[in-house]
Amino acid sequence: MAILILAQHDNKNLHPATLSTVTAATKLGDSDIHLLVAGYNCDNLAKGACQITGITKLLKADAAHYEYFLAEELAPLIMDIIQKGNYNHILAPATSFGKNILPRIAALLDVQQISDVTHIIDENTFIRPVYTGNALAKVQSNEAIKALTIRATVFEEAAMYVSNAAPIEQVQPIPTVKQSRFIQRETIETERPELTTAKIVIAGGHALGSIDDFKMIETLADKLGGAVGATRAAVDAGYIPNDAQIGQTGKIVAPDLYIAIGLSGAIQHTSGIKDSKIIVAINNDENAPICAMADYTLIADLFDALPELIEKL
Amino acid sequence: MKILVPIKRVIDHTVKVRVKDDHSAVDTDNVRMTINPFDTHALEEAISLKETGKASEVIALTIGPEKAQEQLRTALAMGADRAILVKTDLPIDIGGIQSLDIAKTIYKVANDEHPNLILMGKQSIDNDANQTPQMLAALLDWPQSTFTSNLTLLEEGEEDLEVAREVDGGIETLRIKAPAVISVDLRLNTPRYVKLPDIMKAKKKPLEIMEPKQLGLSYDTHKRVVLLEVTPPTERSTGIKVPDVDTLINKLKNEAKVI
Repeated sequence: MAILILAQHDNKNLHPATLSTVTAATKLGDSDIHLLVAGYNCDNLAKGACQITGITKLLKADAAHYEYFLAEELAPLIMDIIQKGNYNHILAPATSFGKNILPRIAALLDVQQISDVTHIIDENTFIRPVYTGNALAKVQSNEAIKALTIRATVFEEAAMYVSNAAPIEQVQPIPTVKQSRFIQRETIETERPELTTAKIVIAGGHALGSIDDFKMIETLADKLGGAVGATRAAVDAGYIPNDAQIGQTGKIVAPDLYIAIGLSGAIQHTSGIKDSKIIVAINNDENAPICAMADYTLIADLFDALPELIEKL
Repeated sequence: MKILVPIKRVIDHTVKVRVKDDHSAVDTDNVRMTINPFDTHALEEAISLKETGKASEVIALTIGPEKAQEQLRTALAMGADRAILVKTDLPIDIGGIQSLDIAKTIYKVANDEHPNLILMGKQSIDNDANQTPQMLAALLDWPQSTFTSNLTLLEEGEEDLEVAREVDGGIETLRIKAPAVISVDLRLNTPRYVKLPDIMKAKKKPLEIMEPKQLGLSYDTHKRVVLLEVTPPTERSTGIKVPDVDTLINKLKNEAKVI
């Protein structure tokens, strides 16, 4: 029996959530762990990824129609691999990549997927948040193949060991289905750390009031070497691109330090920050929900406190 | 073009949900229920397409209890032409029927109705699974667009639709062939408010009720993935107030040791 992990990457670099998913797989018992790298021109990436601690084989499928990870193209490939293998678990990170592809596979396998696993009790039993994190559901799967997406922030990233590389096996691509076509991806180039794995996150809300003033959040983040996050309202207002959105419909973060500035702490946002080690709230309303969950609350006008904080750090 | 919009009855997003004392479920008795917020954006998109002459019919579909007719009536008041309820007494939030059964139900209805487009919310705010649209696309062997924040119908060319998707790292644009399943995100549009005259008019619109067995279905996902226990999350310990920026910096450096 073996575990199949769908690696998230950009053909050059592995997404860190993949490493957390490998760690989750090691908690499912003593199975072989196969990592599927499907992409285009991803030789170098595969050579690096086969050194991840815990994996026993790397499956590599390289074809032009896998370049953009379209679910319609990847599904027949993954189904082919599963049918030829002997898998009891299929794992993917609970990111936009994993969420997009894994349910498509689960339906083709006729299994009920379990999304956003935060705890692995045993190989059949899992805990996952429901109701925006207001409740935790412990579930037991009776499916022959368990399809799981993994919340990356609760599992450590697996380490890389050069001396212990797993063998790479080439997988024959499946012909393209051409149901959809990639046009473009507007990526946000940044020197800052990746939001979901950053040690420090500075997040701003609607109260920043303008694109210009939201830049103070970015300045503070740069002073501390942190990432920039935002509420949905701040993204909707156009202060920052959607990539920075934290919460139920955005990203889940769990940094050592999370500073919330000018945001009230609606449940849709705070469900994405609950696992942060230290939460700081800077807010002029002491009744804001964010203050009730913060370790340190500074009741102040953000337009006074934020410049002062930037200056004194 | 015919559009099918599957919607879900959920606890209103402003209600603070409560886990039952016996940890068997979340209390759904006597709480305000609404259409899943993501689904209202799907309805809005479908209805606007009809109003601009690009769609001929909008059908709202839900799977749930008798009372889910309330949500279908709201969809009809927003502007859907007719509605279908597939009735089940199993829980639909957690511990009952799950996404695979829901996807199979929509698949059966789609086989009868032949929509060109299925528009639906990307996830429901109760189970938060984010699975049903992708599963449905797989069963139909249709292309999918998940987390969709923009949808354009193309007049000519190889594909029928251009979509923008909110993905890790930014916005992705795809062109896809219809028929397709589109799961929508909140930034797609702003749903309309329902006016009283529309609610009156909606009462006369057709609402069909059917049983799963009429579609050849018998639900079993509650046996495939069994809910053992529901617990409230652990609360964070209470923090302290700091009087000024200097104290805050001092605490972060010397007490929390995070900067």
